[in-house]
Amino acid sequence: MIQLRRACAIFLETLREIFDEASYTRFLESHNLQSTASAYAAFRQDNEAAKARRPKCC
Amino acid sequence: MSKVLRGLIWTAVILIGVSAIAIIALHRGEKINALWLVVAAGCIYAVGYRFYSRFIAVRVLALDAQRATPAERFSNGRDYVPTNKWVVFGHHFAAIAGPGPLVGPVLAAQFGYLPGTLWILAGAVLGGCVQDFVILLFSVRRDGKSLTKMAHEEIGPIGGFVAYLAIISIMVILLGVCALVVVNALKGSPWGTFTIAMTIPIALLMGVYLRRIRPGKVLETSILGFVLVMLAIVGGQWVSQNPSIGSWFTLTAPALAIIILIYGFAASTVPVWLLLAPRDYLSTFVKLGTIAMLAVGILVMHPRLSMPPLTRFIDGTGPIFAGKIFPFAFITIACGAISGFHSLISSGTTPKLIRREVETRLVGYGSMLAESMVAIMATIAACVLQPGTYFAINSPAGIVGATPEAATATISGWGFPVTAADMHALAQAVGEQTLFNRTGGAPAFAVGMAHIFSHSLGGTVMAIWYHFAIMFEALFILTVLDAGTRVGRFMLQDALGHVWKPFGQTSWYPSVLATSALMVGAWGYFLWQGVKDPLGGINSLWPLFGICNQLLATVALCVATTIIIKMGKARFAPVTLLPLFWLVAVTFTASWQKIFDSNPRIGFLTHAHQLANAATPPVGAARLIFNDRLDATVTAVLIVMVGLILIESAILWWKVISGSTEARVCETPFVATRFALEEK
Repeated sequence: MIQLRRACAIFLETLREIFDEASYTRFLESHNLQSTASAYAAFRQDNEAAKARRPKCC
Repeated sequence: MSKVLRGLIWTAVILIGVSAIAIIALHRGEKINALWLVVAAGCIYAVGYRFYSRFIAVRVLALDAQRATPAERFSNGRDYVPTNKWVVFGHHFAAIAGPGPLVGPVLAAQFGYLPGTLWILAGAVLGGCVQDFVILLFSVRRDGKSLTKMAHEEIGPIGGFVAYLAIISIMVILLGVCALVVVNALKGSPWGTFTIAMTIPIALLMGVYLRRIRPGKVLETSILGFVLVMLAIVGGQWVSQNPSIGSWFTLTAPALAIIILIYGFAASTVPVWLLLAPRDYLSTFVKLGTIAMLAVGILVMHPRLSMPPLTRFIDGTGPIFAGKIFPFAFITIACGAISGFHSLISSGTTPKLIRREVETRLVGYGSMLAESMVAIMATIAACVLQPGTYFAINSPAGIVGATPEAATATISGWGFPVTAADMHALAQAVGEQTLFNRTGGAPAFAVGMAHIFSHSLGGTVMAIWYHFAIMFEALFILTVLDAGTRVGRFMLQDALGHVWKPFGQTSWYPSVLATSALMVGAWGYFLWQGVKDPLGGINSLWPLFGICNQLLATVALCVATTIIIKMGKARFAPVTLLPLFWLVAVTFTASWQKIFDSNPRIGFLTHAHQLANAATPPVGAARLIFNDRLDATVTAVLIVMVGLILIESAILWWKVISGSTEARVCETPFVATRFALEEK
């Protein structure tokens, strides 16, 4: 049961990483911000430059 | 677990795997169950991971659990983030799994299910996984440097330049081919076109929700977007049945091509994150979900394969693309077996997330095994179709004839019976006007997937599942398209910045517009070439894409072999050298045949010559001749460049092995990891 719960937690963590939720949380922590529309806009701006250079595979 | 028990279990896995392969390879007569392919793949992957990747990790690369990775040393919470290995695994898999492992195996199924399956299994375990693993590790040991930089530092300036050229070329051709696959899937399909068109307002809505209502809740927003897309699919049926609205979305191939070109240019030049970012998330969500659903569907339905193990087209006369198994099966299936493009991901984002050096084995080797399994599932989806149906969907009108009667007569004459009535009934069942001449692989894959879903996951509504599959393929191909155009634009700006500085400024709008136009113009030209090609375009463009992709893998394996030799481990160089030799044999033979073969369906120049000397040249012959010559030139330039990097590498290997040059690897000096102490 504990292992199943751990597997689910890792699965969720993976999804959060893939979908940039974890990255947003780190952004909020590093800038000491609360999650708001303007904070998310700032995150997107910060994140976009790096993300735009990542190729997607064929 | 005792050593004896472990030994017994692994012996059983090996025996089951060998038996499954023997059944797949030797079975004749009755239809084979698809589960044999899954069992064979599972056992081979398990053995490959347990023994071969371990050998590489321990003996060849000597992974060091004490060495700090760049994610730890430069940890900044943004690019460099030490991350759980399973999370990196998922992240890496999501980045490497694109349309390639789905489309390539579907096209290669014209040879039967056997050649593609064997190549996917052997190519992945001995080539693709090894490439991804070693490039990832070497990038980790070099602060996450890119393949181009590693090629420049470890081999020389030619290596760096060729890697750059190969990357740009592969991107241009990949994007052109991907766009062509979407055009062929959506032409004359109001249902499919409506569904994809609806993803634009859905993505905008998601963007507003994500920004204003629930900032940062991407998963939640993606689920909402997914529900809306499903409603759009259902609504698409109504649209396709409504004569007036349906006609708005019934578009020809050239019209769709123009729309996609405008989309690509806008995505690269206009800051439209409100549209693109949510679409990207939605596409990833649908992609991962659909792959998981397909796996479940195959296990539940365990269908029988209707395609024979080998078809008559192993002689090189295939309707989908001309050419024999060697070399064409091996360039048609790149992603899923070995794909040079993966080396860009392995030396891009992923090395900056690796927490411990030893985890590169799971992430690099393991993720590629997972992608290889996706390719096996695509093979199954294509091969569950009746061969006659498969060839009717995938064959261009220029080969089988433009009318249903002509096409079915030609295909039945090959020994794969199919009737116009069968095809009409199938088209009705999936909500299309026709399924003839839908080249590109996507529609055939969608029909196969719809067949599996409708028989296993509940519901018998083939049409909904078919359009779900089309939406899934088109959506994530379009995200590959916009991401690729942007990345290509940045690469061009970086290069042009060396010529004139302002061009290197990524925010300077004239440069943004010029380089975007250059990039879109380049892949758009190949798209247009494919749209106007009487043979459907895929016949010439997919092999060209395969050659480019495998040439990039050749560059990556050259870099890997060079580093292994410089590490003083020349005796282990065959680990990368053997797949390198194989790829050189495949790509150089394929290139030679594509340029010079005397069969006009294979050789670009012979085809151009035939057109030039035709008594009654077809309409647009001059353009077709130019395209043939252009394709031949692109292939020749690439092969010469890769030949140069091979020569430069071989000279270096000889000098290092003979001791005439000092073997100096450009690794970052050792720094001890603190994670090892924390674990004690």
